[in-house]
Amino acid sequence: MTTEQIVKALELKVYTGGDMSTQEVTGGYVSDLLSDVMGHAKEGEVWITLQSHVNVVAIASLKELAAIVLVKGIKPEQAVLEKAEEEGISVLGTLEDTFTISGKLFQLLNKE
Amino acid sequence: MNTYRADLHIHTVLSPCGDLEMSPGNIVEKAAQKGLDIIAVCDHNHTGHARLTRELGARKGIWVVYGAEINTREEVHFLTFFDTDEQLSTFQMEMERNLPKIPNNTSLFGSQLIVDEKEQILEEIDYSLYPGLKWGIEEAAAVVHGLGGLFVPAHVNRPTNGLYAQLGIFPDKLEADAVEMSRHTTRIAMLAEHPELAHFVLLHNSDAHFIEDVGRAGNTYLMKGRHFDELRMALKGEEGRKVFEL
Repeated sequence: MTTEQIVKALELKVYTGGDMSTQEVTGGYVSDLLSDVMGHAKEGEVWITLQSHVNVVAIASLKELAAIVLVKGIKPEQAVLEKAEEEGISVLGTLEDTFTISGKLFQLLNKE
Repeated sequence: MNTYRADLHIHTVLSPCGDLEMSPGNIVEKAAQKGLDIIAVCDHNHTGHARLTRELGARKGIWVVYGAEINTREEVHFLTFFDTDEQLSTFQMEMERNLPKIPNNTSLFGSQLIVDEKEQILEEIDYSLYPGLKWGIEEAAAVVHGLGGLFVPAHVNRPTNGLYAQLGIFPDKLEADAVEMSRHTTRIAMLAEHPELAHFVLLHNSDAHFIEDVGRAGNTYLMKGRHFDELRMALKGEEGRKVFEL
């Protein structure tokens, strides 16, 4: 499943695009501690978080994650948008909380 | 130049986690016993004991730097230091405006008391001082620097509320005046793991929550007198001012 298909299915807001139509999503990771994401998230995963500091883009890029999903309507800081454009990282958003959106993503990815 | 022994991170009974014995009077007494020349009380998101501690410190020949340990939106802790009463009052007002007002549950978190010289309770802060302020870290740095204060990421290598745990990597654009490491590590060990910190002065402080811990860690500062501008230069390692192990 691609990031684009996930955006459509979960009605996610797109703050910055990246190559969503070709990006394959392999799974999801949920954490608000960036050090934990650095240590444990795997390439191609969608990262669900409430952290909106610019470092989320650096970590997503480093770990080659498929996308970042900001929960509860939290908007990315301007520096996040600029860095994400630069790095080609998809920054997405939802009004739902972490529990709900993670459950939906889990179901979606495990339907296949 | 002179040398001064300093512990710049001490909590009082105003911090929910601060022990009941951590009154400004007891802290100053303990600091004097330990031979400290400079201390700062840095309570969580509040400066309610700064002035009294400074008054009591002055009587014992201890310079008390105004400060607070703030929690940002990312849940990273920073030490903030201020020079004047006016800066302190403005910063206190800014923190009150930017802290979500969640009632404090004293049985879970402990009480947040402001006391007088005789340890009589003057006020109990009824909203929790634990949560993150609405400021992101760069925004917090801008507020502190805008007032003329100093901004130091606290215990950066600690697993809870340390900068590295919360944010993974040291942000390029963060304007820190120095960096505090946990008392369990050394500059050499820190730089081996985080070479990007090489251009910062690295501080040790006690982060005392109990009276016997005051001064258990700190630094010796080489400065021309105990003034805020001297402290600023020492933290930045400027003009021959230096910070050594205690």
